Amino acid sequence: MPPVTLTVNEKQRTTEVESRTLLVELLRDHLDLTGTHVGCDTSQCGACTVLVDGRSVKSCTILAVDVAGSEVTTIEGIAGPGELHPMQAAFKEHHGLQCGFCTPGMVMGALDLAARSADPSEAEVREWLEGNLCRCTGYHNIVLAVQEGARAMGGAS
Amino acid sequence: MSDTGIGAAVRRKEDARFLTGRGRYTDDIDRPGQLYAHLVRSPHAHARVAGLDATEAERAPGVVAVLTGAQMAEDGVGSLPCGWLIHNRDGSPMAEPPHPPLAAETVRHVGDAVAVVVAETRTQAKEAAGLVEVDYEDLPAAASIHAAVADGAPLVHDDVGGNVCFDWEIGDEAATEEAFSRADHVVTLDLVNQRLIPNAIEPRVAIGEYDPSSDMTTLYTSSQNPHLIRLLLGAFVMGLPEHKLRVVSPDVGGGFGSKIFHYAEEVVVVWAARRLGRPVKWTATRSESFQTDAHGRDHVSHAELALAADGTFLGLRVDTKANLGAYLSTFGSVVPTYLHGTLFAGCYRTPAIHGRVQAVFTHTVPVDAYRGAGRPEAAFLVERLVDKAATELGMSPVEIRRKNFIDTFPYATPVALEYDSGDYHATLDMALELADYEGFEDRREEARSRGRRRGIGISTFVEACGIAPSSVAGALGARAGLYESGQIRVHPTGSVTVYTGTHSHGQGHETTFAQLVSDHLGVDIDQVEVVHGDSEKSSFGMGTYGSRSLAVGGNAIYKAMEKVVDKGRKIAAHMMEASPDDVEFEKGVFRVVGTDKETSLGDVAMTAYVPHDYPEDLEPGLDETAFYDPANFTFPAGAHVVEVEVDPETGRVELVQVTCADDVGTVVNPMIVDGQMHGGLAQGIGQALFERAVYDESGQLVTGSYMNYTMPRAADLPSFTLGRHTTECTHNPLGVKGVGEVGSIGVPPAVINAVVDALSDLGVTHLDMPATPERVWKTIHAAQA
Ligand code: FES
Ligand code: FES
Repeated sequence: MPPVTLTVNEKQRTTEVESRTLLVELLRDHLDLTGTHVGCDTSQCGACTVLVDGRSVKSCTILAVDVAGSEVTTIEGIAGPGELHPMQAAFKEHHGLQCGFCTPGMVMGALDLAARSADPSEAEVREWLEGNLCRCTGYHNIVLAVQEGARAMGGAS
Repeated sequence: MSDTGIGAAVRRKEDARFLTGRGRYTDDIDRPGQLYAHLVRSPHAHARVAGLDATEAERAPGVVAVLTGAQMAEDGVGSLPCGWLIHNRDGSPMAEPPHPPLAAETVRHVGDAVAVVVAETRTQAKEAAGLVEVDYEDLPAAASIHAAVADGAPLVHDDVGGNVCFDWEIGDEAATEEAFSRADHVVTLDLVNQRLIPNAIEPRVAIGEYDPSSDMTTLYTSSQNPHLIRLLLGAFVMGLPEHKLRVVSPDVGGGFGSKIFHYAEEVVVVWAARRLGRPVKWTATRSESFQTDAHGRDHVSHAELALAADGTFLGLRVDTKANLGAYLSTFGSVVPTYLHGTLFAGCYRTPAIHGRVQAVFTHTVPVDAYRGAGRPEAAFLVERLVDKAATELGMSPVEIRRKNFIDTFPYATPVALEYDSGDYHATLDMALELADYEGFEDRREEARSRGRRRGIGISTFVEACGIAPSSVAGALGARAGLYESGQIRVHPTGSVTVYTGTHSHGQGHETTFAQLVSDHLGVDIDQVEVVHGDSEKSSFGMGTYGSRSLAVGGNAIYKAMEKVVDKGRKIAAHMMEASPDDVEFEKGVFRVVGTDKETSLGDVAMTAYVPHDYPEDLEPGLDETAFYDPANFTFPAGAHVVEVEVDPETGRVELVQVTCADDVGTVVNPMIVDGQMHGGLAQGIGQALFERAVYDESGQLVTGSYMNYTMPRAADLPSFTLGRHTTECTHNPLGVKGVGEVGSIGVPPAVINAVVDALSDLGVTHLDMPATPERVWKTIHAAQA
């Protein structure tokens, strides 16, 4: 088993994984970062979305060995202890989550959008979230949250 | 209103952990020494298990055991029970064929499990499962209602003739006959309420664990009602006494009904863990969720409405066939009966109603409650029929509804319910206003100029939440009580822990219930902790389903708070040297009436736990439990108005506007209530436009993944316009009704009524769900032919 070295939430981590181990398995099973969730086996729910070098990626679609050397950011890594990132705060303020299972993927996906568009329209947000399923919220409040979170970030990440 | 009490849009307490990835869902739990289970599932809809050879699988790396249905039967593990006994029209009980957690002789749906492989890792278990050789003798399958009731249909259970589990009726058949004989006009409609797959985004997970030193068995499970699972698993399936069985349901990623039921895998992991002496974990893949989570709906109905010439409803007759799937799921029998037939009156004064429901077994996964459970089927049927009647009588959909609305309360329907409160005119007025119903014809014309057909649809509906009371439910066949428990523990320094038997999996109980305490006891909301989801912690409970948590669980908490205040008053009276009768309590302060003498709840609590100077006849402590058994159901109601544009060239339906005015009783947290509305609407629209579970004739699930089961995505839905008109529930202290299912019940008929309205001048009079482009296009062309 080859050791894989990558940066996760700004810490360098070296882990031995099988060549078929998925990034989401590395995160959940090896690094105990259980905030990244698994909701499907066909790469269609987005619950597993993380940032790899700043871009949102479904971590169930990518092998751990393929992200060697990359910077991975998960939901656990976007704010300091006891703090909320502006995007997380916007989700709370607008009740953009209910059961919370899709939420980490939604937030990570939204961060990528916010980095590209500082003031996304409703239609833009809805299109962007095409790959993230939520069964609880009907998306209404998620859309409001993402718009406000993006504005609060003002183009920063 | 305080800023954290009843009526305040308090931001949720639970969000901090969910937003930072620190939620603790069942799959996030790993137990020391844990093994992994992979189930060996039937690829056939119906087959005899002629043999099973696990030799090779047992030799595979990491495999600890392969356990089969035959071994389970030898160990005396029982059948998964059904929680509600339905009686046939002739008074005899329904058929109750066994539902073994692992099939030993016959498999009855694709995904029915015959064995479990337990190994050191998830991958090893999965790979070894592929090495188990099962000799299936394929048998003919009946994969739909139609196929199951056909002459000579293959039997799902040998001793259930004609595949009919029960043949049930409600209402007065003779009176309904008589009403139809007097009718000036009869409207008939055949409808299909299609099968749906719930699809909570968290797949189901179960972990079994046995500790020989304490002889304690623990099940961690992604369930909506851990207490009920403990009762069913302990008393009915495994024969484990409750004091030796703990069931924990931590954070759960959505349920919508699908996580109410007692599932085979919960038994399998517990049984395997006890046999092997190590914890055993099972996590469903999404494919397994599609094949094994109980599905919803799946009714075929014929309905008839008898009217007088002026549009007054005289009688309603319904004949429904409901698909139960291969086995009776926990509440599979009550959904098409008491949660369906009892709602046939809708919001209308139809004096005579008769409904008949035949429930049939098929070679498909069991069908049970899914958000709304029986009530969406009833609302769809009634609201489509009413619209069709309006068209045939040349009345407007608004006029025919208003003419027949129930407008005095309480109102006893001919189908067993007594509505306590509501104002159906007011909710309809509000919805029409918000939707600019008046201005619609201009919009229709404008759309026409763009080659689009624009339509508007209304649905006015009532639903019933919080099944109750236990005595009545028991008389109708319920095998459990339908009360809820609530415990209020006031700690010595005045902070409060609330224990509830309900379960939160998105509903925000940690916030809503804390608001009740903040409101009534005057405790700072940050000083309130709500505990649920662990049979060791809360005394007992019936869990969360049927929009019951606030209506039943919230009122149990309220009752427990009243007990706390009652005892506190006696302690405070002693402290202030007054008579308890002279002490009043408001928002955290006990006061001697007419004086400035007062003491706080915190001081009273401290005195209760340090009782040095204390009433002689009182026990120390301030910790009270209440069980609340409601006197009646609650009856949320509302009016939904949907506007659509259809492209007649492609059949594509665009939702232009979704407007709702709902009466859900007293609102504790309007932000959470709106969120529940949004979620229910998305699922209702999902049913109306996108979702459909399809089995082919051989019983293969064609829509077994997100690639072919269409879930509503963000870009498929509009934002929603919500209004609220409140009438309080008259029989519970909080005046609350329930909101979890309103959207999924009310909106599907409004969507379809809108699509039919858009296409009516093309000759379209009805359309089944989902109104996919293909179906709409075909319907238009069939109507034109
Ligand atoms: S787990 Fe569903 S897309 Fe990755
Ligand atoms: S909040 Fe439950 S799936 Fe999105």
